[in-house]
Amino acid sequence: MTPPAERRLLTPEEYRQAQASPEFAELRARFRRFAFPMTVAFLAWYLLYVLLSTYAPDFMATDVFGNVNVGVLLGLGQFVSTFAITHLYVAHANRRTDPIADEMRERLEAHDYAPGHGGHDRAPDHGVSTRKRSTRD
Amino acid sequence: MTDVLAAESATIGEPALNIAIFGAFVLITLAITFRASRNNKSAADYYAAGRSITGQQNGLAIAGDYLSAASFLGIAGAIAIYGYDGFLYSIGFLVAWLVALLLVAELMRNTARFTMADVLAFRMRQGPVRTAAAISTLAVSLFYLLAQMAGAGGLVALLLGVSGAVAEAVVVVLVGALMIFYVLVGGMRGTTWVQVIKATLLIAGAGVMTIWVLAQYGFNLSALLGGAAEVGTDAVLRPGAQYGLSDTTRLDFISLALALVLGTAGLPHVLMRFYTVPTAKAARTSVVWAIWLIGIFYLFSLVIGYGAGALVGAERIAAAPGAVNSAAPLLAFELGGTVLLGIIAGVAFATILAVVAGLTITASASFAHDVYASVIKKGDVPPNGEVRVARITAVVIGGVAILLGIFALRAGLNIAFLVALAFAVAASANLPTILYTLFWKRFTTQGALWSIYGGLIACVGLILFSPVVSGAETSMFPGVDFAWFPLRNPGLVSIPLSFLLGWLGTVLTKERPNEEKWAELEVRALTGIGAEKAVQH
Repeated sequence: MTPPAERRLLTPEEYRQAQASPEFAELRARFRRFAFPMTVAFLAWYLLYVLLSTYAPDFMATDVFGNVNVGVLLGLGQFVSTFAITHLYVAHANRRTDPIADEMRERLEAHDYAPGHGGHDRAPDHGVSTRKRSTRD
Repeated sequence: MTDVLAAESATIGEPALNIAIFGAFVLITLAITFRASRNNKSAADYYAAGRSITGQQNGLAIAGDYLSAASFLGIAGAIAIYGYDGFLYSIGFLVAWLVALLLVAELMRNTARFTMADVLAFRMRQGPVRTAAAISTLAVSLFYLLAQMAGAGGLVALLLGVSGAVAEAVVVVLVGALMIFYVLVGGMRGTTWVQVIKATLLIAGAGVMTIWVLAQYGFNLSALLGGAAEVGTDAVLRPGAQYGLSDTTRLDFISLALALVLGTAGLPHVLMRFYTVPTAKAARTSVVWAIWLIGIFYLFSLVIGYGAGALVGAERIAAAPGAVNSAAPLLAFELGGTVLLGIIAGVAFATILAVVAGLTITASASFAHDVYASVIKKGDVPPNGEVRVARITAVVIGGVAILLGIFALRAGLNIAFLVALAFAVAASANLPTILYTLFWKRFTTQGALWSIYGGLIACVGLILFSPVVSGAETSMFPGVDFAWFPLRNPGLVSIPLSFLLGWLGTVLTKERPNEEKWAELEVRALTGIGAEKAVQH
């Protein structure tokens, strides 16, 4: 949140460098390894619930205790799983992705990914060395 | 239709009290809107409340936007009459938020300025994609507006003691005029505060009713369910009362379920709320708050629905003016007499007003920002020109909403169902392109256009040729029959089709994806660099 960093806009080359950096690959992998399987899981669980309600109403109407049947419990289960996944996602983001994103944002604001930054040459092939530098921290 | 309403306009409660409580809400929100308007200077103020809303406030505002009359009146009514099948609606509406939380909210917040099209056009040729996104934004908003206005119609007869076509039309005009005022004067900041107040009132009101109902049954869920089954039939406790009739209705239900779960993350007025917060982290916080508030509210509506089934009875609800939609107000009257009814009625009206304002500002922002400023003027707009156009558009959309409302009143359309259609359009036209844009490197302009237009045309087209419009007793035009598509909700066909078209359009073009823009989009989306900051005042 440091406004002065906005004085110089990031160049396309900086975005390319940042995207190609190993820390960005790690950030993307951490994000996707959580979000994608979790999306598949909750959609599958939701569709299972919908299909059971549609094609197995007798099973859903089985009483478990009192007048509370399997359908009501599975329905409430959808609420519980939604709250639980929300909580897991926030914990994952805080612990696993935010630190990398925060650090990369600071370095981007400092134009750390610009070619030739920090005494490096402007030659394109030196992008590699810039990237290596990036991994150290 | 109107004559029937007028004839049995057995208004319950004290119309004067209902109007007084509603009036108090209007006065308080107007005062706040005026205060908020003092800070409305730039486009970021008008569209995005200066990005100065906190995550928690925005969570409440999202809940306010999302818990429309369909959620409050429609779901409680559906549970009261159909039992379990009504519950299924609320589960779809809730689980859908995980798509928004995990895949969409933060990434969109980081890459866009004001509208959904900002993200969709980011990597693409601006003109065509912005136009497409603006058209689908307007389509979704209009479906949603129609649903809200239909809800307002049913409530009028029941709660305010007005009956007859002219009096009801006057109420719709009044609601529309108030809404235009909020949007014109308050912009997004004023609209946000209206949402926050409304959400608080709505959730508190529903909470009071829930505890009241549960108290009657010794805080025992099983006893409440037993009570509902005793008054109605055992069928209310098992799935299938509404959708289990035939193979077609079962398929229809799956189609509906798909549209509900994939629609939320493509609703433009929900997406636009993410731009009112200062950071991606605040966008995340706001979705977390929204999920908890909305989830708890739907748990309340389960109790309210079964409570209405048990304490009021499905027959009385169906016979009341407003039919299914009157379950919650009737239960309030049964429990707390005229005072509780007045409060719940006021809250229900506030709900419609607030949601309509949210939709109007979204649709007008999309037109002014995407079509006028970016496509027609190619970005060459005088200072404040865009906001001026947005305000004019808001008046036009408000006018259209009023006309639609009067039409919806005459047609007597079911609200929860209409909202589900808006979700189907959002899931078909918007979500595939949003996901491809954020996660698929190769995605191209042609893919985006095929997916948006294909999804939109398939969805709206299938609705036109479905039993919703013609060929059935409950259709808009029951006298004619041109319905060849059997399902009432088109999602099962139009959503996969839109995903397919997005992929096909991309692989069938020679156009190269813009790699520079892809790098910028991905880096911005995941790190939050370059995201729009809060406006300093």
